[in-house]
Amino acid sequence: MHFFASFTGSMTAFLIISVLIILCAIMLLSFRKVIYMALAIGGVFIGCAAVYILLGASFIGIAQVLIYAGAITILIMFAIMLTNHEAQEPPTKWSVKNIIIALGCALLGVALYLAIRHQTWSAQGTTVNQSSTVSNPVAIGMALFQQYTIPFELVSLLLIVGLVGAVILAQPRKEDEE
Amino acid sequence: MPTLSIPPQSLLTLGVILFCLGLFGALTRRNIIIVLVCVELMLNAANINLVAFSRLGASPNLDGQVFALFTITVAAAEIAVGLALLLAFFRLRQSSEVKDMNQNKL
Repeated sequence: MHFFASFTGSMTAFLIISVLIILCAIMLLSFRKVIYMALAIGGVFIGCAAVYILLGASFIGIAQVLIYAGAITILIMFAIMLTNHEAQEPPTKWSVKNIIIALGCALLGVALYLAIRHQTWSAQGTTVNQSSTVSNPVAIGMALFQQYTIPFELVSLLLIVGLVGAVILAQPRKEDEE
Repeated sequence: MPTLSIPPQSLLTLGVILFCLGLFGALTRRNIIIVLVCVELMLNAANINLVAFSRLGASPNLDGQVFALFTITVAAAEIAVGLALLLAFFRLRQSSEVKDMNQNKL
């Protein structure tokens, strides 16, 4: 483990955050009650936001907290409350199907990890990720509205269609009421 | 901006672990809400990679962060439509389990 030699503040912070994220993800998979699972996914989202901020992407980090940890977690909790909120996940049965799935996931993980290990990486990202005179949100705004205008507009269209579609889908149907 | 001493390998490994946990959950859990949550977990793992390469890649620039923003938007639309479908399904069948979603008629 060569990188333990150069143990710095950001590396320590990253290790703590990633251990917390993985702990939350494992708790998400091991809890029985569905509502606890929603809480655990909130922890994962906040941890990811911390990683983004650590990487200097402060705007993405704040957007992650607002959208994921705020909106999506609450939306999931509302969905749980509106359906059967007493629902309990049965303890994981290690049937043949589940064992095959677990082995497949572990195999995929090991393959990806070996690919990462055998790749040579350029020394460090020492250069700045923006033009260094403007802050990160300003630089992202510039990139969005100058370089990525059409994808930005398309994604806003997608969001409108998705939200209107969600409202229409969730409406009670006429023939059910009669 | 100060230099960062996190090796890219460890960030990518975090992404791999999260992705595999999400994949395992999405394939084995029985509640539809949890399956959706696990898909979100996988999208988050991809986002970590995008942001990591935006900072630590061969040519660091903002493209990765912009793409991460797009991914977050698409994930929000996905979860909204998914939960609306879930509510409609629950109203129809009084169930929120994956195994009840196997027929194509009312």
